[in-house]
Amino acid sequence: MKHLTALILASSTALFATAAAADQTNIRVAMQLEPPNLDPTAGAAQAVDSVVYSNIFEGLTRFMSDGSVVPGLAESWEISDDGLVYTFHLRSGVTFHDGSTMDAEDVKFSLDRARAEDSTNAQKALFAGITDVTVVDPLTVQITLGEPNGAMLFNLAWGDAVIVAPESIADAATHPIGTGAFMFDNWVQGDHIDIVRNPNYWGTPAALESATFRFISDPTAAFAAMMAEDVDVFVGFPAPENLPQFEADPRFQVLVGNTEGETILAMNNAQAPFDNVLVREAVAHAIDRQAVIDGAMYGIGTPIGTHFAPHNPDYVDLTALSAYDPDRSRELLAEAGFPDGFTTTLKLPPPSYARRGGEIIASQLRAVGINAEIENQEWAQWLENTFRGYDFGMTIVSHTEPMDIGIYANPEYYFQYDNPDFQALMTTLTSTTDPEERSNLLAQAQTMIAEDYVVGFLFELAVPTVARAGIEGLWLNQPTAAIDLTGVSWP
Amino acid sequence: MIRYTIGRLTSLCLSLLVASMVIFAVVEVVPGDPAAYMLGVNARPDTVAALRTELGLDVSKPERYLAWTTGMLSGDFGQSYTYRTPVSQMILDRVWVSVPLALFALTLTILIAFPAGIYAASRRGRAGDMTVMGATQFGVAVPNFWFAMILVLIFAIKLRWFSAGGFPGWENGLFTGLKALLLPAIALALPQAAILARVMRSSLLDMLNEDFIRTARAKGLNRRQALWRHAVRNALIPVLTIIGLQFSFLLAGGIVIEQVFFLPGLGRLIFQAISSRDLIVVESVVMLLVFLVIVVNFAVDLAYALVDPRLRTRS
Repeated sequence: MKHLTALILASSTALFATAAAADQTNIRVAMQLEPPNLDPTAGAAQAVDSVVYSNIFEGLTRFMSDGSVVPGLAESWEISDDGLVYTFHLRSGVTFHDGSTMDAEDVKFSLDRARAEDSTNAQKALFAGITDVTVVDPLTVQITLGEPNGAMLFNLAWGDAVIVAPESIADAATHPIGTGAFMFDNWVQGDHIDIVRNPNYWGTPAALESATFRFISDPTAAFAAMMAEDVDVFVGFPAPENLPQFEADPRFQVLVGNTEGETILAMNNAQAPFDNVLVREAVAHAIDRQAVIDGAMYGIGTPIGTHFAPHNPDYVDLTALSAYDPDRSRELLAEAGFPDGFTTTLKLPPPSYARRGGEIIASQLRAVGINAEIENQEWAQWLENTFRGYDFGMTIVSHTEPMDIGIYANPEYYFQYDNPDFQALMTTLTSTTDPEERSNLLAQAQTMIAEDYVVGFLFELAVPTVARAGIEGLWLNQPTAAIDLTGVSWP
Repeated sequence: MIRYTIGRLTSLCLSLLVASMVIFAVVEVVPGDPAAYMLGVNARPDTVAALRTELGLDVSKPERYLAWTTGMLSGDFGQSYTYRTPVSQMILDRVWVSVPLALFALTLTILIAFPAGIYAASRRGRAGDMTVMGATQFGVAVPNFWFAMILVLIFAIKLRWFSAGGFPGWENGLFTGLKALLLPAIALALPQAAILARVMRSSLLDMLNEDFIRTARAKGLNRRQALWRHAVRNALIPVLTIIGLQFSFLLAGGIVIEQVFFLPGLGRLIFQAISSRDLIVVESVVMLLVFLVIVVNFAVDLAYALVDPRLRTRS
């Protein structure tokens, strides 16, 4: 009997030991929103890219965590002297998860599909400059542009530009088949998505055998799930007020990285009183950015003075132009003909940066005499009424697309900034490929919109990740929405 | 009894028809376009138009209503705009969480409320009654999500006996599934049990004052026998009404609890579908909930007839 007990004890210890060891090759990752589908080429939902970018699907080029663009499925490339023809050399031996070979035909299919007339690609503009995609041989593909585009390699790194196969794209929404280091395994809608290691991956195989993505939108539930160790990593942790608690707990590590999200207080440039630059400048000086970051984001975020990411080498610090100065703000309002201020609307979409930030900003504006009436809107409502319907005085939104200063060149974009000089500047920028010259043009563009006070530039959104201590290889920053697990490992 | 049943059935069908019209009208009136939502802020207008065509959104509203209702009659709820999967499959997956959760919570509600209500009624005005009344007053006043958070704090974070949420699926065994639903079910059940216990108590006390109880007592039954043999059964009519309402509430009202425990139920589906303007999913889930509520009410009506024979002949 004694022996039997010992045996049971020993075997159960062994059982637990293997269970613990098995845990080290699986990771449970949580994020706030569930992707509506898993096809990154057919929608704008960032949650799709979070799951599939680099894990399941890959493009010709790809982003690294620091925002740099490196070769992906294309091993190397040459650009013709006139900047119009890109010749990409594909890696050999790359297969899709269904076993079929990835070759130049798939690249042509993917790019032609994205730029087609009936394309439902949310970032179709990325491919607008492409006039032709030619298959030279199975491992060489040529992309021809109508005019030079200095951002082409960057554009091809987006999740919307990944390479897909014509045979499997129809089912990509529910069963994505890519070339990545992980393969789609299972999706219990509403609860979790499982991916497993791709044994035939062309590059360095993933250290993890499998990963599970879970979706927890409620901040309190997110805190509980992390504390109860139900999940190992939470990317975009929604309760920043709890971060100090995780930092103090030896079971966890907290990473605060930057994103490409310029958070702005947009003003309706086509509508009085915001058609007056003095009024816009008054608004800029009425806002205490650090107070907004501290109050709404619990201190995480970087103040900005223009529409550009502060971690980008080409960033120009123009925050001094919009320095917090309520007296100056009141003077400017008086000069603009509003000595007693005015009343306007402030439409707020659901994220906490907008809802919490909006209340702080409304009170700061009230101090200089501007009465901003807050209206909370759902995303769908915001898109229809505010974004497409132009029915707003002010609104707060974070523009998370990388390198999107070009939105100020579109006079129909919701804040309706119509400046021919800026539009010309952007046209020049697109056709410029010389890095130094581009840098110079980008600096001019940043300064131009800052001096025009097109919108109230608030802060660069930061992304907090909470993870179990010891997990390595997680992306710190979010140059694009991605939870790249290819380099992640347990200690 | 047959005429009574047919009468109830006719009213059931009419209610469903009216409900389908109201739901469709209300959902379609809400501003927001599913295609625009899916494509985000960088999409070009022609891309949005292409997607609207692909999703079948450029068809007129009456045609969409007809397609939706006739489809439902044959069990085809259409295709979700955002998820691109059949709505019926999505609903079926979620029903396997929401209905067991509601039944589990209802069972707990009854298991707590009946003994508490009967006990309080039999100890009217004494310490036991006071205790039950005090506890139920508290239960009625406190919202279920607060209970949920306290339960998570104690049993998931401190004691680590349960997961903080999520649902592993029934394929991992009945016990695993029930374990995952236990905390949410308790959180849902406590306020409902408090309500039901109070109804049970007051309904019983009303009955104890009736003439037939005095007659029963006069015939020699003691207080306890009169209570169990005559009062409880008669007190059940108002209690059944409340249970019917509570089941509907537990089914549809689990939205908040499903958020707190991140359960993949109908409530969470409808929540996501509304924000993404997945209209067909919203319409279908709401329709299903209306259907279930109406069926439950129908069952309650039939149960009345069983408890109270007078109803069988009256109509």
